[in-house]
Amino acid sequence: MTPDIIKHALLLSMALFAIGAVGVFLRRNIITIFMCVELMLNAVNLSFIAFSRSLGTLDAQVLVFFVLTVAAAEAAVGLAIVISMQRHRSTLDVDTFSLLKW
Amino acid sequence: MNIDAVTFYVAAALALVSAIVVVAQRNPIYSAFALIVTLCSLSAIYGILGASFVAILQVVVYAGAIMVLFLFVLMLLNVRPEERFAGESLRFKLLGVGLAGLLAAQVAYVLWRFAPSGVAAVFDASSRPVARILFSPQYLYVFEATSILILAALVGSVALARKDA
Repeated sequence: MTPDIIKHALLLSMALFAIGAVGVFLRRNIITIFMCVELMLNAVNLSFIAFSRSLGTLDAQVLVFFVLTVAAAEAAVGLAIVISMQRHRSTLDVDTFSLLKW
Repeated sequence: MNIDAVTFYVAAALALVSAIVVVAQRNPIYSAFALIVTLCSLSAIYGILGASFVAILQVVVYAGAIMVLFLFVLMLLNVRPEERFAGESLRFKLLGVGLAGLLAAQVAYVLWRFAPSGVAAVFDASSRPVARILFSPQYLYVFEATSILILAALVGSVALARKDA
């Protein structure tokens, strides 16, 4: 294990977060946007693990556990909302859901 | 180059390529399968970084439970590939990529300034030491709060997906 791998893991985490952000900006299908959010959460987890390995503490591992739990809850509620959206408007295009837009 | 480094770079390249496929693909089903590849290669990276507990959790919870949920909803709703809309232009896409590039530059600046220089010599993140911290008084109440969160998510998703909601 060399410090180089830690640095490259942090760079990979940065790249994955940016790719997820591109997806949230450009995609219009609500399910794909959800998957990009999951990708961003995973990028954050990767940086937690890399810092944990470098500093030799285990607190970040516990934080990753909590992030995982919140991601699972978010996916369950989000997909229930997606089913409800499909049922009411029969589309998943986020541009058609503008009720709360100013 | 030892075997750890080789595995790390192979998994990292796989994660990057499949993440790009997730974003570039118009068909959400293909995106979901590419995301499974990303999650599995991230699990390999966690294993190399010594976090065996989180690596297993990643495969079981993310690649298993959450992605099955996604694929289930995709198949249930019979989602078609995203259509191109009239105003979609190269300029629009470049703006999105540029904003994300700005974000990446900011993160890179912070990482470059604060990146750790060393690696801890002794490191064991298997389930026993992680559980000792998780159930220590410091995190015990947070852990209990998580179970309430899960309960709320369970009730909420049933209420939202009901037929007459």
